[in-house]
Amino acid sequence: MASISRHFFDLGHLDDLAGASTPLHRLDPRAKLLATLVFIAVVVSFGKYEIAALIPFFVYPVFLISVGNIPFKCVLSRLVLALPFALLVGIFNPLIDRAPLSHLANFTISGGWISFSSIMLRFVLTVSSVLALIAVTGFSPVCSALLRLGTPKIFVVQLMLMHRYLFVLLDEASKMVGAKSLRTFENSTGGLRIYGAFTGSLLLRTMERAERIYSAMQCRGFDGDIKRTLPAEFGKRDILFLCGWSLLFLLLRAFNLPLIIGQILTGTM
Amino acid sequence: MSHHIVEAQNLHYVYPDGTAGLQGVSFRITHGESVAVVGANGAGKSTLLMHLNGCLSPAQGTVRIGDFPLIKTTLKAVRRTVGMVFQNPDDQLFMPTVFDDVAFGPLNIGLPEEEVEQRVTQALETVGAGALRDRPPYRLSKGEKRSVAIASVLSMSPDILVMDEPSADLDPQARRRLIELLKTFKHTKIIATHDLDLALDVCERTLVLSRGRICADGATAELFRNDELLSQSALERPLRMQNCPVCR
Repeated sequence: MASISRHFFDLGHLDDLAGASTPLHRLDPRAKLLATLVFIAVVVSFGKYEIAALIPFFVYPVFLISVGNIPFKCVLSRLVLALPFALLVGIFNPLIDRAPLSHLANFTISGGWISFSSIMLRFVLTVSSVLALIAVTGFSPVCSALLRLGTPKIFVVQLMLMHRYLFVLLDEASKMVGAKSLRTFENSTGGLRIYGAFTGSLLLRTMERAERIYSAMQCRGFDGDIKRTLPAEFGKRDILFLCGWSLLFLLLRAFNLPLIIGQILTGTM
Repeated sequence: MSHHIVEAQNLHYVYPDGTAGLQGVSFRITHGESVAVVGANGAGKSTLLMHLNGCLSPAQGTVRIGDFPLIKTTLKAVRRTVGMVFQNPDDQLFMPTVFDDVAFGPLNIGLPEEEVEQRVTQALETVGAGALRDRPPYRLSKGEKRSVAIASVLSMSPDILVMDEPSADLDPQARRRLIELLKTFKHTKIIATHDLDLALDVCERTLVLSRGRICADGATAELFRNDELLSQSALERPLRMQNCPVCR
């Protein structure tokens, strides 16, 4: 667990990357957030059997990752971590939808496999763009941007506190696992039973901590409303970034670029 | 300057599980005094501190902070006067960056942004944490967290500072820096601690708590020489007042 928390759950690493100073980092968080939201909406709006038309959309996450100087490995490892959720969503498609839809050489490909591939492609596109967004912006500025764009305060506050205490929770959990492993030996039994008590104890600790945090907030005048200082104004570069990318996404949605290129190359156009 | 006075009269508190937390605690702390609250584990130190800014309400008895009795309607005014530094800085630093955290109190008071900026800078500089302002709290060391937690209270310009175990978890040098810092504060200070050497350095007066009661109240140096009292309260002389283990 200790190594898991160090390597995989090192969520703070994305925030560290957000401290860099590339032109992309200097853009207003709202511009990057809105562009990413448009990107996600467009990618999700395609039909369930669409694969080819989605390929050109890789330009956006690749742009964020390369211009923002983000190590590719850092995004990839987090993608792998979220992969089981996407697999769970799509894994039954090949079993349910067996109607042949396409032929590749001697193979017949069923609709289920194509929709499964489409889901995986969308997963990679949307999750990598969100990870890249946080790495070039930082979690806290993304929250501020959400707030300024009119997201309900209670939702943003929950998100901020969850992000803040995820580290404390992981720290506590890894300490408890460490303490347990020091007193657990190969031939000891009752593993699952221990984890039941373990989870209960973690929950109680969490509730106690929540109460202490709430007291600390009240001591400093908290009245249910988190006030924050506002970031810089929306500049010309921010408008250009947002409009430019949104326009490109809409064009790629309207025209199937790989199909057009294919038609030009094969001379059918 | 009566607004720096802290007065408790016959405080009683019982925890929901029936454990008696406080059993008739009374004291009066005047402007600019520095008071240590010492006692064994479970003697009621933290419970007492939680009563001083309304985090807990007494079952019986009253607390007065300056001109106000501590009741529901005066709670906001009292919390601006009494700055509370919690035992675990992780409970106190809940915002995503150090700046946001130190600005939390002043923004809730409703101060304009320029004033907030100025107060945050000043508070961070006072505790020597100016360079940490954009860091997320979970990246800080225990000592840095403690400094920022103090700054987050100083930024509200409280008249009275209440601290729960401020030197816990600190390395010797960080502890020494904290002691020097506390000595520079002109606030009325109430410090619950097991670190009797810190109490000797910072506080001229000490309250000794035992099983929810005050069993001694007097000059720190004098009380710490009373071995019978210390032993009854599960304490022992500060290291500095014990004989040198090599020479004796």
